[in-house]
Amino acid sequence: MFDFYFNLPFWLRSVLQGLAVIFVIFPLAGACSLAERKVSAWIQGRPGPNRAIPFWFAWVPVLGPLLQRLGVFHLMADGAKFLFKEEPVPGHVNKFYFILAPVIAMIPAFSTVTVVPFGAYFDPSHRLIPLALANVDIGILAIFAVSSLGVYSLILAGWASNSKYPFLGGVRASAQLISYELAMTLSVIPVFLWINAPDAPATLSLATVVEFQSKPGFWGGTWFIFAMPLSAIIFMISLFAETNRQPFDMPESEADLVGGFHTEYGAFKWSLFFVAEYSHMIVGSAVFTLLFLGGWNPLPWLSLAKFAELVHLVDQPLILGLVSIGIFLGKVVVLLFFFMWVRWTVPRFRYDQVMKLGWQKLLPLAIFNLIAYAIGIAVIQK
Amino acid sequence: MAVIPLERKPLTLSERAYLPQIASGLKTTLKHLFAPNVTLEYPEQRPAIPTGYRGVPTLVKDPHGREKCVSCQLCEFVCPPKAIRITPGEIPPDSATAHVEKGPQAFDIDMLRCIYCGLCQEVCPEEAIFLQQQYSMVGYTREEMVNHKDRLYELGGTLPDQHFKWDKKKAAAEHGNAH
Amino acid sequence: MIAPAKPDLVTVNIDGKEVAVPKGTNVIEAARLVGVDVPHYCYHPKLTVAGNCRMCLIEMGMPAVDPATKTPIMDPATGKQKINWIPRPQIGCGTNASPGLHVRTNTPLVRDCQQGVMEFLLINHPLDCPICDQAGECKLQEQATDYGRGYSRYIEQKNVKPKRTQLGPRVTLDDERCILCSRCVRFSKEIAKDDVLGFIDRGSYSTLTCFPGKTLSNNYSLNTVDICPVGALTSTDFRFKMRVWFLKQTFSLDAESSVGANTTVWSREGVIYRVTPRRNDEVNDTWMSDSGRLLFKQVKADNRLAGIKVNGTESALDIAVNAAAQLLKAGSVAVVGSGRSTVEEQFLTKKLAAALGASVSLVSRVGQGDKLLISADRNPNVRGALVTGLIAALPAAQLTTLAADVDAGKIKTIISVGEDLAAAGLTAAQLAQISIVYLGTHANATSAAAKVTFPTLTSFEKSGTFVNQQFRIQKFVRAVPGSAGANDDLLVLSKLIAAVSEGRALSPRAPFETSFDLASLWTQLAAEVPALGTMNFANIPDTGLLLDATSWLALPFVEGETLHYKPAAPQPAPAKEPASPPTSTPA
Repeated sequence: MFDFYFNLPFWLRSVLQGLAVIFVIFPLAGACSLAERKVSAWIQGRPGPNRAIPFWFAWVPVLGPLLQRLGVFHLMADGAKFLFKEEPVPGHVNKFYFILAPVIAMIPAFSTVTVVPFGAYFDPSHRLIPLALANVDIGILAIFAVSSLGVYSLILAGWASNSKYPFLGGVRASAQLISYELAMTLSVIPVFLWINAPDAPATLSLATVVEFQSKPGFWGGTWFIFAMPLSAIIFMISLFAETNRQPFDMPESEADLVGGFHTEYGAFKWSLFFVAEYSHMIVGSAVFTLLFLGGWNPLPWLSLAKFAELVHLVDQPLILGLVSIGIFLGKVVVLLFFFMWVRWTVPRFRYDQVMKLGWQKLLPLAIFNLIAYAIGIAVIQK
Repeated sequence: MAVIPLERKPLTLSERAYLPQIASGLKTTLKHLFAPNVTLEYPEQRPAIPTGYRGVPTLVKDPHGREKCVSCQLCEFVCPPKAIRITPGEIPPDSATAHVEKGPQAFDIDMLRCIYCGLCQEVCPEEAIFLQQQYSMVGYTREEMVNHKDRLYELGGTLPDQHFKWDKKKAAAEHGNAH
Repeated sequence: MIAPAKPDLVTVNIDGKEVAVPKGTNVIEAARLVGVDVPHYCYHPKLTVAGNCRMCLIEMGMPAVDPATKTPIMDPATGKQKINWIPRPQIGCGTNASPGLHVRTNTPLVRDCQQGVMEFLLINHPLDCPICDQAGECKLQEQATDYGRGYSRYIEQKNVKPKRTQLGPRVTLDDERCILCSRCVRFSKEIAKDDVLGFIDRGSYSTLTCFPGKTLSNNYSLNTVDICPVGALTSTDFRFKMRVWFLKQTFSLDAESSVGANTTVWSREGVIYRVTPRRNDEVNDTWMSDSGRLLFKQVKADNRLAGIKVNGTESALDIAVNAAAQLLKAGSVAVVGSGRSTVEEQFLTKKLAAALGASVSLVSRVGQGDKLLISADRNPNVRGALVTGLIAALPAAQLTTLAADVDAGKIKTIISVGEDLAAAGLTAAQLAQISIVYLGTHANATSAAAKVTFPTLTSFEKSGTFVNQQFRIQKFVRAVPGSAGANDDLLVLSKLIAAVSEGRALSPRAPFETSFDLASLWTQLAAEVPALGTMNFANIPDTGLLLDATSWLALPFVEGETLHYKPAAPQPAPAKEPASPPTSTPA
């Protein structure tokens, strides 16, 4: 089965992989929007969306009302609405860049997914093979490099809208992303210092990070969130800022900027921004999972290999692969819930507080963290 | 007015670190996540209407089906937003209620103007107008939002009081105190 | 509101306040002078005193005098003359002022009496205020709250009496509400001189009714409704139409004859509901005729002229004014003014005639005077035309001279300000022969024949002044807005004057205005009309102002004697003017 796939021409494989990404991420992002609405509602003590149901589905006995109650059909209704409603383009905008901006927003969001490993299985020689569309060696660098491009779409949208609130939103987005990128990058360096032994061939691969967290022994099985909590916290805070989530959603903060960079957008173009934001969240959560939460390992000190032996799945690569993807996605979903949970807990910062936190608090903390771990690792690995 | 200076305590280290505060906030919101809903799912669930609720003003009939309003126009006079408009008229002599002499030919309440103050109910000397429990008035046009006489009686129904003031008067006129 | 001060004033003391009143004034009127309200039902200032309602009970006393020596007995406590109070209460309406009379209106005894009388009156009075038309202007309601007990002890059944009795064509009686004050009986006997009302049966069964075979159908029957203190007598026309507290009151005049009875117009939101008399002791006391009360029906009449018409097609005001000016400037014009126009309109009519160099005719209307409030001259303002100089002699009923001029071809165009030329003696052939510019309120033969028609306002829709038979100038004020399409006569006239004289309009703003500035017209009136020299519209009192009439006393006015008016002694022959020509040129 795999052979058939690997025997396909390279271009066809690439197309299939690309389509797979679109067909997985797009509904996942949509599901995130529904989850966002439901979680918001539950935290606020109300039932949330629970009305839409296709008339023919209402006849299905238990399942129909249950899905209606969960608001599942609102997802489709929302999607259909975005597709079919009128596409307004204001008269005062630069049309080319105005339409280009949401397209550009999608590119980094989808591209980063390709280098994220999302599961693993054992080949007949019991070698661990990570599942990824492109398990490149520069892993984390590729993600940082490509996801940073996302800010260009916001700046472009803000500028092309040719009105003051979007413009301010675009300016804020660029400043904020640059501010937190530094702290974010610095916070993950200790992880890669740790996994790269002095004489071994160096790697930035995310799969390697997971493999390192799957090693036997106490230190080997420790997830990095326990080994490097400060890094994890800095990375998490920066992740909120990078994905423009509350309490850092300065670029669109509706209280003072109406809608921020997407004020002038509507319908499908607006929904592309929306999907891009959720894609960033998904990728960010996935990276956090890989770096700090042991990737596809079910529990700390219980690696996938041990788990496979326990449940006798070592020789079932297909089932084990699906199980590992399930474990991985479970952790991602928990993190996504955490994103939404924080949204209804922490009020939005003021813009100056965002800047102060980024430059005066997180950056020195990340530098200090890096130096401390560099010394510590040097001592240990000596 | 006394001024009481309140000392603002300096923030503790954990407060300045902010993360413990966030954790406590997260605990609060998590508690709410599992708390029961506080909202009402409106069209299916309806709020319990307390007694004394002031809903849409309506006209009522007595248990014999006589319209109680005699178009004295006190409600029209007292209505602060001038929502009530009455055209008074004489009840034709061949009517069963001719002894009441006067009744409304038209009785319009503009629900776009009504402020549900209840003064009309309070001022009514015949106990003919009541703000009942109906709270949902909707319509697509301004004209639809004007309740005419037939609609007011349809909303109002019957008031089960047993005064029958006018019937007693009629009975007195027929075989009572006349000499 | 008592008779003017006479030499024989007496000083009375009412609730401790001294007031000088003419001898014979009763206590109710004297108390009113010091601001004390003595409640009453049967007493009416213009009717004889009956004293049957007992509501006006007061305590009365006289200064004590020693019977033997006729010297005043002094009260050692106060140092003043002692007052001998009569132990039982007296009626205020029947007690006349005499020197040293002392009256107390707020003692416990008086309060008890008032409460007792109120309780008796309310025993058989039905509780149908919600359907009673008197509610809001009902003395019984007011005095029950002011002087009543506040609750009823009567648990027995109330009397039943006839309801909805038609006393006459315009009056409906509800006998249950009657408190037997007999005001209506006295009015019919004393004022209307048509004695048709009386009480039958006794005690609480007393019932007001017409004498057998008679109806209350005289032309003053509705005054009984006005003076009825309760809702017993109601106007059939106004019955159940509208509550009085919604109605706006506007001071107006009865335009049916030269008496000029003062009226109040009651309207709500541009609709007139009734007209009632307004007290003017010099003109109409508190009365008016039934026919005058129905004049407001003409405001909403079906034959009201609706739009400005030029040659039968709808037009705009300025276009029509230009079309009329073309006709008028062609020459051979006659102006027909009206004794129904206001003084201001007659003044502008005169200006228009002067600008055209045309002759002015008026049409007289003479009917039978009823010796009360309808005089023989049915034009309300012929004397206004004399005062403004529009005419110098009295008009005739038929425009025979004008008709002859039309036949002779001397007159090509007639402008008529509110007069129907056909009714004034011009034949249809004569109307067809000439061009007519017509200003009027209702459709008639003249408006049908007219080349240019301007719909104008009735006296209820405009403000103005009339000069009545006494040469009393009285004003009336707009009660309701003008009907759709109608313009103020003054506006049309001033625009016509401006158009024919090719000059400036009378009021500089007039060409652009849709209403007319009465105040600025009055400055001109005062300047040009000697009799009105000191006046403006605002300072004419509500009861009118007598003008100096000496210049016109020699004219043979048609009016006979009416209330408060006696015609001047018949002159042997008109001294200054030749035998009243119907047409005269303006001075």
